[in-house]
Amino acid sequence: MLLFTMKRLGLAVLVAFTVSFISFSLLFLAGDPAVAMAGETASGEDIEAVRRLYGFDRPMLVQYADWLLSAVQFDFGQSYYFQMPVSELVLSRLGVTMTLGVCGITFAILTAVPLGVAAAIRPNSLIDRVALFLSVAGQAMPSFWFGLILIVIFGIQLGWLPPSGASSPAHFVMPTIVLGYYAMPAIMRLTRAGMLDVLSSDYIRTARAKGAPEGRVLFRHALRNAIIPVVSLAAVQMGFMLGGSIVVESIFALHGAGYLAWESIARNDLPTVQALILVFSMFYIVFTFLADVLNAWLDPRMRSS
Amino acid sequence: MKQSSLRHALAGLAVVASAGAAWADKADDTLRVAFTKELENVDSYFNSSREGVVLQRAIWDGLIYRDPVTNEYEGNLATSWEWIDDTTIEFTLREGVTFHNGDAFDADDVVYTVNFVSKEENGVKTQRNVNWMESAEKIDDYTVRIHLKDNFPPAIEFLSGPVSMYPADYYAEVGPSGMGREPVGTGPYKAVSVTPGQHFVLEKYEDYHDSPKGEPTVTNVDIRTIPDVNTQMAELFSGSLDLIWQVPSDQAEQLAQRDEFTVTNESTMRVGYLSMDAAGRSGETPFTDVRVRRAVNHAINREELVNALLRGNSTPIHTPCFPSQFGCVEEAATQYEFDPDKARALLEEAGYPDGFSTEFYAYRDREYAEAIMNYLNNVGIEVDFKFLQYSALREMNMTGDVPLSFLTWGSFSVNDASAMVSQFFKHGSLDDARDDQVLADLDVADSSTDPDTRIAHYTKAIERITDQAYWAPMFSYNTNYVFTKEVDYTPTADEVLRFTTVEWN
Repeated sequence: MLLFTMKRLGLAVLVAFTVSFISFSLLFLAGDPAVAMAGETASGEDIEAVRRLYGFDRPMLVQYADWLLSAVQFDFGQSYYFQMPVSELVLSRLGVTMTLGVCGITFAILTAVPLGVAAAIRPNSLIDRVALFLSVAGQAMPSFWFGLILIVIFGIQLGWLPPSGASSPAHFVMPTIVLGYYAMPAIMRLTRAGMLDVLSSDYIRTARAKGAPEGRVLFRHALRNAIIPVVSLAAVQMGFMLGGSIVVESIFALHGAGYLAWESIARNDLPTVQALILVFSMFYIVFTFLADVLNAWLDPRMRSS
Repeated sequence: MKQSSLRHALAGLAVVASAGAAWADKADDTLRVAFTKELENVDSYFNSSREGVVLQRAIWDGLIYRDPVTNEYEGNLATSWEWIDDTTIEFTLREGVTFHNGDAFDADDVVYTVNFVSKEENGVKTQRNVNWMESAEKIDDYTVRIHLKDNFPPAIEFLSGPVSMYPADYYAEVGPSGMGREPVGTGPYKAVSVTPGQHFVLEKYEDYHDSPKGEPTVTNVDIRTIPDVNTQMAELFSGSLDLIWQVPSDQAEQLAQRDEFTVTNESTMRVGYLSMDAAGRSGETPFTDVRVRRAVNHAINREELVNALLRGNSTPIHTPCFPSQFGCVEEAATQYEFDPDKARALLEEAGYPDGFSTEFYAYRDREYAEAIMNYLNNVGIEVDFKFLQYSALREMNMTGDVPLSFLTWGSFSVNDASAMVSQFFKHGSLDDARDDQVLADLDVADSSTDPDTRIAHYTKAIERITDQAYWAPMFSYNTNYVFTKEVDYTPTADEVLRFTTVEWN
């Protein structure tokens, strides 16, 4: 098991660096960072000076090797844009993103799984219809629109919640709902489908036949089996939330890592983009790994394989 | 973007929802303001943002001050100055001024600041703001000379604008990145806290000297970066912001209908123009023919663009510079009236009776570019429209791969024609005209110390540029300021938000 874990981790790091190399090459082709850094008011000479100062006149492979050597020592260089260490910049933004991601996925799971179970117990009932409506609406409503509607209602009209910022727990309520609601439909549909599948299987009939209480049948026997694919999905969703909450972070002025990544691409701030890509790909890898462990705990058959 | 139609909807919703919101900021004497863009570094020499200029004017002072209304120069950290020769200015410094950290201001600070920023290797972001200075020399504690590399008539303008004085010992110790985190200046406001890119808190500097900027009346200024304009409006409605600026015109008009807000509009120095490849740098192109370039000028209805799209205090522009700039002589410019028939006739004369097709590039204000595209189509010029990131288009402009592009230039608020016309017509990498006659005139105009000579040669350059229709200058930009009824503020035409002139009603 330990050897297996080590192998997986080694592979994960390789994947992360492959991702970073590909993204480095693409960013390199996308535009001249010197022009972007020098800013809109810069003259040709300003741009030339920037190009020399930051070594953009060197071959790409040399620049990548340089970056890689420092990156393994956790030195991601200086942000071209903010002129501060990238590691410090990214760390300062990750807190918000992680808080938002954890709250968002928790909200999604806490609403989606019970709804999915309820919908599966009584297929085609009112509760199933409501769940279906919620999931269709969640899928169809763009998050920037939903976010703004919440701001108008709870931020302005009722005045219960601050419209934007990140300085108190209250600031995270609306972003959590928007981000979580976006992830909810997939989780709910998968829970419902899994539960329907499991509930019609022989061992559930057996469990009921031997007189097991309904709650025990549902949660101990059925849900535990139905939830396995949901765990994998939630892990992916979590990774998505950490890297892709750009719209939500922008609307609620949260200044998280997703928004930083998005803006850094437009600013050609290569060191920041590179570090964030590495961090985000590590997130995906870690969450997928954790999901595997969790699934192994839920399903003893997986442990032996 | 997808948001523009949404803006209407949201503004409408928010207007309905806002009834009864309460304002509370005058009570704690804190002006709450939003920035749209994340400011890269508060150190004013290491950013090129409008937001940076706003903080620069609040936190630091220059040797000289230009009154934004009368355009008169007055002493600020210097009490007087004198040109010793064409490349030397001597300043008598104000005594008794202290920096926010308690350091006394004297000649050493000027010498250190000038010597640091003027060296290219120190990496000041906008080199043009500082690279005309050679060095500074201390004569005594309160007398200092700045040596110029060459004749540079707009020196006083630059010294009243982007060149601020920094505390020598502190700057030597912390450098640009430390200055960005904990800025120290002599200005009317001191920075109390800086969260890079996100949040800036300023507090009135009690020991501020008797400066022409005036003494601030608002004690605290709290600036948050809120990227989404809709969210800024929501914050304004909920009472957690007092002032927003750079508000798009459609939203500003809706807000203007409300009693709770004052909406004011002021023009900016930014000019929108079409650049045409007259020199044929991009290969075979119809724009090498002056008749085609004049046809483009006649094809565009500048008044309609201003009235329908830009609105506010924007005006049609015919000069390759902003009219308030010294040397930007409006009378010198050939004005091409809107006349599509004339445009078609000119195209026919040039050998394009059925028009032609060309690539057309833009990097901002897509709706303006699309309107321009329609005018061009109307006279027979079919365009293949390409909308790029600024840096990508700039790179193509520099290598001369662009036959036709919609560009804008803000002259970094320097009120001198050299900041615009000389930037583009002196055979640099961005010059698609390559006109020797223009170059010769601009060389004289940029370096002469005699104002009349300068005016005469800018006039000739502008005559030639507009007669040859190297560009199609179109309009000036404007910006909207929206604030609550508790706030009193009169914006200036240079797009600098000045907290010192904000008052509570």
